[in-house]
Amino acid sequence: MRHLLSTADLAKDDAVLLLDTAAQMAATQAREMKKLPTLRGRTVVNLFYEDSTRTRISFETAAKRLSADVINFSAKGSSVSKGESLKDTALTLHAMGADAVVVRHQASGAPHMLAHAGWLDAAVLNAGDGMHQHPTQALLDAFTIRRHLVGGGSDAGTEGTDLAGLRVAIVGDVLHSRVARSNVHLLHTLGAHVTLVAPPTLLPVGVETWPCDVSYHLDETIEQASPDAVMMLRVQRERMSGGAGGAFFPSAQEYSRKFGLGSQRLARLPRHAIVMHPGPMNRGLEISADAADHPRSVIVEQVANGIAVRMASLYLLLAGSDDAPDERTSL
Amino acid sequence: MSPSTALPGDRPSENPRGTTVLEAPDIARALTRIAHEITERNKGAADVVLLGIPTRGVPLARRLAERLAAVEPTYDPGAVGELDVTMYRDDLRRHPTRAVGATRIPGGGVDGRTVVLVDDVLFSGRTIRAALDALNDVGRPRAVQLAALVDRGHRELPIRADFVGKNLPTSRSERVSVRLTETDGEDAVTIGENVAAAGQTPGEGGMR
Repeated sequence: MRHLLSTADLAKDDAVLLLDTAAQMAATQAREMKKLPTLRGRTVVNLFYEDSTRTRISFETAAKRLSADVINFSAKGSSVSKGESLKDTALTLHAMGADAVVVRHQASGAPHMLAHAGWLDAAVLNAGDGMHQHPTQALLDAFTIRRHLVGGGSDAGTEGTDLAGLRVAIVGDVLHSRVARSNVHLLHTLGAHVTLVAPPTLLPVGVETWPCDVSYHLDETIEQASPDAVMMLRVQRERMSGGAGGAFFPSAQEYSRKFGLGSQRLARLPRHAIVMHPGPMNRGLEISADAADHPRSVIVEQVANGIAVRMASLYLLLAGSDDAPDERTSL
Repeated sequence: MSPSTALPGDRPSENPRGTTVLEAPDIARALTRIAHEITERNKGAADVVLLGIPTRGVPLARRLAERLAAVEPTYDPGAVGELDVTMYRDDLRRHPTRAVGATRIPGGGVDGRTVVLVDDVLFSGRTIRAALDALNDVGRPRAVQLAALVDRGHRELPIRADFVGKNLPTSRSERVSVRLTETDGEDAVTIGENVAAAGQTPGEGGMR
């Protein structure tokens, strides 16, 4: 594995190896001494063109727990705000000797460009590009699902397992969501059955070609598909022009009534089902406070698992030699 | 008792992997002796924790734990675990990415106890250096000792085993393979010529 750009090009073996490695990383994070010497002397650059708190902090924590040096580079207050191009920024990072670049960009495909344009020889990790992909988020979601629904709440005994036979509903603003796109591909690769639930206005063109089912009704999906995990997506109002929901839905109340997860819908889910949200939440819109704080909600745990998954990604991309053929993790 | 040393013509039997130097009964006797030596050295085994180094150190540690439990009533049969050293190795960048293994520390932890590290082959000593670093992040044992089924020499670091199953003089070009029922379906230690110096796999006593 040279880069981590999209879950669509992750083979099942690679995905399972990432989850297994994340489980070992998570185990080290339960210790008093959380820092590992593994990436000593390697430099990880966080290149963020878009605002992000949790993803950037999560990557920074992951890199530091592996003893890598971390350089944070955000577009605001840097030469990017003076008009520097992605290429020139990349050449600068190359000259500084970056071993890995974690990139978030508002343009879909920017990480792919960075990885393949020949500007730098670092490993590129996509931390979210436009409305395209956010692979580490999907990996942490899959890791959380595996821990709870395969391992019964612990990683013991989950090694090497996939998510075969599990049913996952992804609900809400699929149109603007790179989290949904990444999850559909990864969960499908791992053998889970995904149902997207959204109003027709919040589904992208071409969704019928994705490896999943599509539904316009949350209640129907809960009854007919009885999902093992429900993933609520944030309504991305910053990407919608106009009033509360722009031209996408009539009002916040109506959206919440038809597609929000509250205690009533929660009660109709199977007893073992878990509630997930990639954050940040709009409490009262796509998820009620009851559901967000419910014992079956794993939303806070997802954040902790994000560090383990990002440690695993950095480890698998950076720890081995650059030139030796990589049999176990090549894509 | 002191570890026996291989002599030329010491029961050689032909095998596609090379010459068999230890057969199943030899391995069993060596482990029994090591278990006795551990209790002798530590005046009992009340505080002893056995930690196997993956891959083949783990089943060896379990076998030693069974023997300790049989001969030493002070030994807690649950005081056996495994210590993965992958993320502490000094040669990570020289090889393709290695899969990270599990570390399982027994319930009581290692603080203030005597940890006996168990590995199959002691060679350069670099694995043990990594294990000492890994152990340091897990806790602070009172003492650390080392048990190896085979010591083949060629140390690159000032590290020495406390308990050795068999001292096996080798040349660097030779390859020592420890095969165990749990991982390979049979118990045997073989020595042969290394086919490709770079083609060594972990757990086979190569340059680890």
